[in-house]
Amino acid sequence: MDPVLAVHNLAKCYYVQATGKSQSAYGYRTLREDVMDWLAAPFGWLSGERSSEEKEFWALNDVSFQVNQGEVVGIIGHNGAGKSTLLKILSRITKPTRGEVRLRSRVGSLLEVGTGFHPELTGRENVYLNGAILGMRHHEIEAKFDQIVAFAEIEQFLDTPVKRYSSGMYVRLAFAVAAHLEPEILIVDEVLAVGDLSFQRKCMGRMRDVGRSGTTILFVSHNMPAIEALCTRAILLDHGKVAMDGAVRDLVQEYHRRVLQSHGDAGSTLTEIDSPTRLHKIFRSATLLDDTGEPTNFLPVGGKFHLRLVLDAPIKVESPNVTIGIDDNLGQRLLSLQSPLSNPALPRLENPGVLDCVVPSLPLAPGEYWIKLGLAATPDEIDEIERALRFTVTEGDLFGSGRGHHRGLCVAPATWSFVSLEAQG
Amino acid sequence: MASASELPETVIRPPSGWQLINFAELWQFRDLLYFLAWRDVKVRYKQTLLGIAWAVLQPALMMCIFYVIFSVVAGTYHKPLPYPLFVLTALLPWTFFATSIANAGNSVVGSERLITKIYFPRLAVPFATVGAAIVDFCVALPLLAILYVGYRIAGHDIAPGWSVLLAPVIFALFVLSAAGVGTMLAALNVAYRDFRYIIPFLVQIWMYATPTIYFDLGPTEPESTCEWVKQLLPLNPMTGLIASFRAVLLDQEIPWRDLGFSAVMAVVFFLAGCLYFRRVEDSFADVI
Repeated sequence: MDPVLAVHNLAKCYYVQATGKSQSAYGYRTLREDVMDWLAAPFGWLSGERSSEEKEFWALNDVSFQVNQGEVVGIIGHNGAGKSTLLKILSRITKPTRGEVRLRSRVGSLLEVGTGFHPELTGRENVYLNGAILGMRHHEIEAKFDQIVAFAEIEQFLDTPVKRYSSGMYVRLAFAVAAHLEPEILIVDEVLAVGDLSFQRKCMGRMRDVGRSGTTILFVSHNMPAIEALCTRAILLDHGKVAMDGAVRDLVQEYHRRVLQSHGDAGSTLTEIDSPTRLHKIFRSATLLDDTGEPTNFLPVGGKFHLRLVLDAPIKVESPNVTIGIDDNLGQRLLSLQSPLSNPALPRLENPGVLDCVVPSLPLAPGEYWIKLGLAATPDEIDEIERALRFTVTEGDLFGSGRGHHRGLCVAPATWSFVSLEAQG
Repeated sequence: MASASELPETVIRPPSGWQLINFAELWQFRDLLYFLAWRDVKVRYKQTLLGIAWAVLQPALMMCIFYVIFSVVAGTYHKPLPYPLFVLTALLPWTFFATSIANAGNSVVGSERLITKIYFPRLAVPFATVGAAIVDFCVALPLLAILYVGYRIAGHDIAPGWSVLLAPVIFALFVLSAAGVGTMLAALNVAYRDFRYIIPFLVQIWMYATPTIYFDLGPTEPESTCEWVKQLLPLNPMTGLIASFRAVLLDQEIPWRDLGFSAVMAVVFFLAGCLYFRRVEDSFADVI
């Protein structure tokens, strides 16, 4: 069978300003610059030469792969691996520099939820507008209108301008329109990371249904459990090239291995490595480990939290106090783990070493969290990284009830008992 | 579901240089074109206190201002034709043209989110703003009818003749010119943000370079008009269109030569605008 999507030697080059040349730093040029350039070299532009201050950056380089009908392909890779560029080319937003893509289908792409929504228009009006923007014909939208509204659960607010919607309602409506687009190839970029968790699950369910109905899906995400749950195959991009192409499980492992590799030596698992709050750089790396000791960014709800810190000793610290703070996405401190509160106290820090911190069952509800690291020798802060590491607590069947539906910030195992009283009189 | 091999194949390749409008694709996205224009009209209608009435008020107020300046204060207007009617027959199409090119010029930069997140024929964006301006023009037309009736009741012998049937054709040339200039400005605005400041100037200068509010070029023009101005004005393609539009509405002699030149220029504007737009549209998502 012919592939529905064939990518052949695809490459995309961006020109990056090497030095901050006035306005050009913003990506566009001003007339003055071009006039000045032209005056300086009247015929330079004819030869098509780029000014020496611009550096080539190959976001994609010789990428080739094929996708057959009905495959659900996860595209994974680190930030800057070329995932977004690949999606932009496949959805025809930007053109490649070299190579070609052959598509045998109508492509629907969801690089963002709610593209083109206008705050002044009502929910009803936005459904039509957004549908048209996504490439649906008027009669298609009309036919699916009731389904869309029911999916979004906004029946009673249909004629309210969306600027009065809560962000949850807004996202639900936006996803509902997109979810009812029925292309042969669906390209999705992390749009599932929207809304509250119950809606996210609904979206995942919808995606799974779409995938089962024979639609070819290309799904880009950092959310490995989602990739594992949805995809039948994965492609790992690294520095603009296809690093691996094959079974999801192998690729997810390879992805994590590369995460560790790229971070382990240089000590850059920490996202804010050069934060000005770092008086001395004690923290070299911080890695969250799963049950098998493999690095991960995902914990099942109620699962073991195991953070491994590699500490350097640029100075001697007499009695170090290490604090691990866990914040939610809004920066609210949910949990604080402080070494001095546990026994035994940490020994004097004079050589580099590895510090493990284990919480047998992390009582946080599913969601995304940031880890803050701090090291002090009372009363002085010596090293502090506000947003050192990000991790996700994933939905899971914590209580063995076969259901995983958690609300609130925390989870706790509980036993319930009920005594039925006989009716009196 | 249709099997893959039955479906038409799309090939995505590096930009291939000059290309003209892909009418088939634009037609395929006609619903989008309609909804974008509809959104522009609707949003303006919702956001403003007077709503769609602005489409009428703007030319009406301009007409009053120019009436006071030219006819009452300066007293430079000496024709049998009432000045308000004289100026409104030109202000309506001019307002359409000016709004079109100003809005179309800013349309692509203003649709950044859309352009970086989704594919559709990019020409739909400036075209839709021209579409919204057509709606405004149609809304303002009854103003002219009211003026006609008013002057007839007051005893003036004013009525359009058979030549008024040409008005839609002339208006179509306005649309073609506006779409051409608008797309050109829209594309330039993406590459050079200076155009944000150039466009209002351009519109204003162009208005004064067009006999919208002052004399027209009919053979009845008094001798006092500077000869060199009369020679130069027809080189402005809008001159012929404005003069012809006024002529057909007021049953005057149509300046055929100027109209012919303007018609050719309308096509040239349209082709040049679309060609340039299509040439650079592939880079929109990267530079916007």
